[in-house]
Amino acid sequence: MLRAQGKAVHQCDQGWVPVFVDQEQSISLMSVGFLLENPNEAVVWRGPKKHALIKQFVSDVAWGELDYLVVDTPPGTSDEHMATVEALRPYRPLGALVVTTPQAVSVGDVRRELTFCRKTGLQVIGVVENMSGFVCPHCADCTNVFSRGGGEELAQLAGVPFLGSVPLDPQLTRSLEEGRDFIQEFPKSTAYAALTSIAQKVLHRMPALHS
Amino acid sequence: MEEAPHGCPGADSAQAGRGASCQGCPNQRLCASGAGAAPDPAVEEIKEKMKTVKHRILVLSGKGGVGKSTFSAHLAYGLAEDGDTQVALLDIDICGPSIPKIMGLEGEQYMEDNLGVMSVGFLLSSPDDAVIWRGPKKNGMIKQFLRDVDWGDVDYLIVDTPPGTSDEHLSVVQYLAAAHIDGAVILTTPQEVALQDVRKEISFCHKVKLPIIGVVENMSGFICPKCKKESQIFPPTTGGAEAMCQDLKIPLLGKVPLDPLIGKSCDKGQSFFIEAPDSPATAAYKSIIQRLPGAAFDSEYKPREGQREDCGFVADLCLPQVDGSDSSLSPHWSLQPGIMLWLGAINIPQKRP
Repeated sequence: MLRAQGKAVHQCDQGWVPVFVDQEQSISLMSVGFLLENPNEAVVWRGPKKHALIKQFVSDVAWGELDYLVVDTPPGTSDEHMATVEALRPYRPLGALVVTTPQAVSVGDVRRELTFCRKTGLQVIGVVENMSGFVCPHCADCTNVFSRGGGEELAQLAGVPFLGSVPLDPQLTRSLEEGRDFIQEFPKSTAYAALTSIAQKVLHRMPALHS
Repeated sequence: MEEAPHGCPGADSAQAGRGASCQGCPNQRLCASGAGAAPDPAVEEIKEKMKTVKHRILVLSGKGGVGKSTFSAHLAYGLAEDGDTQVALLDIDICGPSIPKIMGLEGEQYMEDNLGVMSVGFLLSSPDDAVIWRGPKKNGMIKQFLRDVDWGDVDYLIVDTPPGTSDEHLSVVQYLAAAHIDGAVILTTPQEVALQDVRKEISFCHKVKLPIIGVVENMSGFICPKCKKESQIFPPTTGGAEAMCQDLKIPLLGKVPLDPLIGKSCDKGQSFFIEAPDSPATAAYKSIIQRLPGAAFDSEYKPREGQREDCGFVADLCLPQVDGSDSSLSPHWSLQPGIMLWLGAINIPQKRP
């Protein structure tokens, strides 16, 4: 998605060097995707192996001076999630952003994710509702393709902040898949305003989360 | 039995029970005796249990959120429309068991006379309960589902899986190894980011010798309810599943358009076929279902003879070596997990006489 496919991970004295995705080198990335010989190869690992690699991503990558480390996780409440919490615990993670879609079925799953956060002592920064409505490019009518209301309902149920809804934006997907630069394309997206607003809310919560 | 330690050398390793990290592990004695390397007796027990099950179909996806559970539920509904067909749906998404909600079954275990459902969702007392289990515990639950549920005479056992290629997928393939799986249906959405993960899923199927019945492209086009014009919410920038299937010579079973009523039906726990019988999505589903029983026998992907049974392989990784050693990665581990819950036999209703 960030046009970094095929890049290699090198090592330096401090460890593995993460891949920078922009010219200003303000965003670096580490992923098992960089370590695959063949991008179509399946990573068929059981829990302990995944756990070990995640630990390495935290301890062996030369992240350098970072303002934020954002960790993207797979769905669920299993090995990867436990490994990430364990590996980051010594560094006092600020918390979790929990993403749902508007449907009740998604909320049903994400409630359990919130329980995971509670049980592992991970603060919930807030809930984000993704894929929240699609604006028809022909008539500009907005359809709730994946139902509506799930994000706010979930935040209310769990007593955590609702940070906002992000609409579906096929144009952004298309432009990224056609190889355009995310940093250039993103500000033109209908999702940009929503995501920027959410980012601002997260930043405003930082002082409260630190204490 | 608890989980193994992180530095576990693996139950089938020469160091099993003897390594430094084995000290204090409750499984140490078992491993040191060589029991971990022996084939799991459950595989034969499951083979026996599966003698009353005619067809076993796995529903897989590379990515989450592509509609796999929705598809599995509606596949089960569709097959069960024929009252003489006995259908069972097994949900092995242990951490995210959505099937009970999608089918309006929270609190129950079966719905129609000829459609039975099993999910860890039924065993959780609260909708907020999280199943925070590592791989071995999940594997134990899957073994119990396959071995200890009284499936009875079933024409189709549909297995809904979580996204990816990990413990649950390896376990279900391993435990059903002797019983034989007819094949896998792989779900995707049209965009390249999803297809990339489907290619990995296909690679998984090849590695474990799982026949591929075909691919279903979900969320394929959206008809605006207001102006009736079509848009691509998930644009097929590289030709969608159709191009990928042609390239890899895998059957494309069909394309299901995005209908907002699908999500609404699932939220209500209703069958979309009943809520929107005239939707193009219903027609697409039905056409895909029609292709399944025959497709299961016509699949081009058959297990190749002479390949090893054990699914303990490792993807080739180009890891930057820090000190020349790879000791930080533990080898593939397949220790038999402990059973934390006893389910008891669930009786799937028999065919009508």
